Amino acid sequence: MINEGVDKSKRQFLTSALTVVGAVGTGYLAVPFLAQMQPSVKAMAASAPVEVDISKIEPGQLIRVAWRGKPVWILNRTPDVLETLKTLTPQLRDPLSKESSQPVNTTNPERSIKPEIFVAVGLCTHLGCSPTFRPEVSPPDLGENWKGGFFCPCHGSWFDLAGRVYSGVPAPTNLEVPPYRYITDTQLIIGEDNQQEKGA
Amino acid sequence: MKNIKTLILLFAISLGVQASEGVALQEADFDLTDNASLQRGAKHFVTYCLGCHSIKHIRYLRIAQDINVDQKKMLEDIAPEGASIYDQVHSAMNAHDAEKWFGTQPPDLSLIARSRGADWLYSYLKGFYIDKARPFGVNNVVFEDVGMPNPLWQLQGQQKPTYQTIEGKKTIAKLILEEHGTLSDKEFDRVVNDLVNFLVYVGEPVQLERKSMGKYVIFFILMFGVLAYLLKKEYWKDVH
Amino acid sequence: MKPSRLTLCGNWILERFPLTTLWNEHMAHYYAPKNFNFWYFFGSLALLVLVNQFATGILLTMNYKPDAKLAFDSVEYIMRDVNWGWLVRYMHSTGASAFFIVVYLHMFRGLIYGSFKHPRELIWIFGMLLFVALMAEAFMGYLLPWGQMSYWGAQVIISLFSAIPVVGDELSLWVRGDYVVSDATLNRFFAFHVIAVPLVLVLLVFLHIVALHEVGSNNPDGLDLKKIKQTGRRKSDEEEEEQNLKSNNPDLKIMDSIPFHPYYTVKDLVGVAVFLLFFATVIFFMPEMGGYFLEHANFIPADPMKTPEHIAPVWYFTPFYAILRAIPDKFAGVIGMGGAIVVLFLLPWLDRSKVRSIRYRGGIFKKAVLLFVISFLALGYLGTQPATPTATTFARIFTVIYFGFFLLMPLYTRWEKSKPLPKHLTYQPSLEERLPVLIDAVNEMIVITPVKLEDGTVVNKRKPDARGILNVITRLAIRLKKSLD
Repeated sequence: MINEGVDKSKRQFLTSALTVVGAVGTGYLAVPFLAQMQPSVKAMAASAPVEVDISKIEPGQLIRVAWRGKPVWILNRTPDVLETLKTLTPQLRDPLSKESSQPVNTTNPERSIKPEIFVAVGLCTHLGCSPTFRPEVSPPDLGENWKGGFFCPCHGSWFDLAGRVYSGVPAPTNLEVPPYRYITDTQLIIGEDNQQEKGA
Repeated sequence: MKNIKTLILLFAISLGVQASEGVALQEADFDLTDNASLQRGAKHFVTYCLGCHSIKHIRYLRIAQDINVDQKKMLEDIAPEGASIYDQVHSAMNAHDAEKWFGTQPPDLSLIARSRGADWLYSYLKGFYIDKARPFGVNNVVFEDVGMPNPLWQLQGQQKPTYQTIEGKKTIAKLILEEHGTLSDKEFDRVVNDLVNFLVYVGEPVQLERKSMGKYVIFFILMFGVLAYLLKKEYWKDVH
Repeated sequence: MKPSRLTLCGNWILERFPLTTLWNEHMAHYYAPKNFNFWYFFGSLALLVLVNQFATGILLTMNYKPDAKLAFDSVEYIMRDVNWGWLVRYMHSTGASAFFIVVYLHMFRGLIYGSFKHPRELIWIFGMLLFVALMAEAFMGYLLPWGQMSYWGAQVIISLFSAIPVVGDELSLWVRGDYVVSDATLNRFFAFHVIAVPLVLVLLVFLHIVALHEVGSNNPDGLDLKKIKQTGRRKSDEEEEEQNLKSNNPDLKIMDSIPFHPYYTVKDLVGVAVFLLFFATVIFFMPEMGGYFLEHANFIPADPMKTPEHIAPVWYFTPFYAILRAIPDKFAGVIGMGGAIVVLFLLPWLDRSKVRSIRYRGGIFKKAVLLFVISFLALGYLGTQPATPTATTFARIFTVIYFGFFLLMPLYTRWEKSKPLPKHLTYQPSLEERLPVLIDAVNEMIVITPVKLEDGTVVNKRKPDARGILNVITRLAIRLKKSLD
């Protein structure tokens, strides 16, 4: 019943061709299936830029706003704090933010557009916990060397008040600074910067 | 045998009778590829409908992208003041007021074209006539005892019905325009068709994309089918 | 040559898992009759649709919200805001209807070729259980979009339970978990639809296939292939043969049969392509299928205060729904509807014919099947229509035919004379081989007259030819009549 001497190469060719077409088809089908797990338009709508009024922030005070569902800190730093920041460089892992994520116009020691106003995403670069704001100097639980900063309770990472990470802690890079710009002197928009006017 | 034939005939007739029930609808003339019409329709919707009806399942952004309006223009020209581009298209009227004024909440119109159909919408928007017995002074030929005023009356004018009697039942024969509105018949027709076009689009924003994608998918499956058929033929040479 | 790492890896698994045995037993050395026709595509297609429903269903649950306040909106959210959500949703909704089309055709194949008869009764029982589970799955899935039809359809069907004497009211209350269909009902239907019933389906599919592969596939001739093989041999040979069959000896060939792989795998791929062609056409060009796959009223959110003017279940339930409405008593109607399904379970014991396939049965069975198909389709149509007095009368007639077909089967299948069975599987021309004849028939029905246009070009004008059409129809009618004898 089964013929010998069949055209094996034709069979082989057709089998491969069909396999390729089938694989391509499956690939095309996988695109929508995988893409549907990407953020939807609703998530994108919630990730729209946020406007913040900063006129009410007292020196030394920190406020939190939500941008893309993440906590974003806005801290009004006192001149004392800015002075302290300059002295910390030797203890930091990446004092000039060369390996860290921030917009170009905040790649400076203060990591901000205006020195006193510091904006950062309040999530530890280690495993995503939100560090606590500890502005006091040398508290009993953190010890002598604490000069004020952010302390991550999950795994004990230390950041200074410019979000720069100390050496010898688990977090690999400085806190992320989101894109932001000043609309007026007292109005910030987080999620947009000067380079690109972010549309949809 | 004869009985069976009669039965089949009866069956066929009963189907015919069922099919002819209901008011005959006028045919809408819309074209989803006509962006100008969709843009006018969006504008009309915001002007005449959005006061009471939301289309909450769509966002201004999506409309702007689909009907080819840039986002700035969308917010300035079409969307009501204060709307942001990511907002869903909500009516400003609150539910409490709606209950007070209309006795019920005006339905969301996102899916009205899918539940009612384009022709029904067209006939509905052109089907208002004066009926003093109704709270808003109007009734509708395709929606008896409708609970809303005619939103387009200033454009269309006022229609009055003429009646006829069929099988002892008084029915509306046709509507006659008694008082002219600001638009001519032809202009008004265009407004209605634009609105219908827009609502059909809102019913399923993806429908044009879906159809154009479908062609490629069908072509691809055909290709797969031809190869599969050739392979089957080749293997089945063995089988005698 | 040293074996490659991949081979070693493969061997490691093969030493620990019977992959080769499984593959051989169910594919490469599973012998299937060589004369399967297109009716035999629907089993593998049902499996394909099942996989489709699982894949798309899992994706839908990621964005769907089983909450009476959120469900309707979440479906529209999937349709509009979720990337490709519309495609996944349409694949799922079209897949539901496709499932029933494929399964109904699969069941019909079993009916006409006697695949339910000895020794395949258990396959049929598992198949019927699958059908019931599938109906439960579809019914509960249909509530999830929380549109008007979802809501009132569920309300009506759950109220059927209340027709059962004594415990009915309590039972329907227990099913709903509330006094009306509500959030509680939606939530439990979601649980059943996405977890419980799919598990049952998978288990039953497994049992269905294991049972099939134990006794082997039936064929369009309904011939018993093992028996044919064994005739004219000594008893000891027969026993040896049995042994060989059990041991899956690769050299052994059952008469008139070919290995499932590669012959039927490549053939089923063609079937898959044709199926996908229809499936994609519906998804991309007519996902509502004129209101049959997605009902228009289901685009209105569920409103417990207002029933739509005309409620009809989705098309795949309408034959049974029509039977329910045809019977004027509430409890009897429920019994009738349930009976219409129960009677299918009994099919292997209702049929007393000596032959399996319709090809060798007498004229009565053929006519009975024709009447049954007509009444099933007519009931299906009537179930979608409002219950007017004429429609109800017809529904009653067709209900009687439906039950008559099954309940009278022990009588008419015993009376009628069957035709002699052939010694071997017979071969009938497939659709592709009939194509030339079809083209000839089309040509016969058309007259082509060359017409000279004003500018001198000659155009062939095609016109239907009354005589030709009459000829073709007469031929068809004669053939139909012959095939019914």
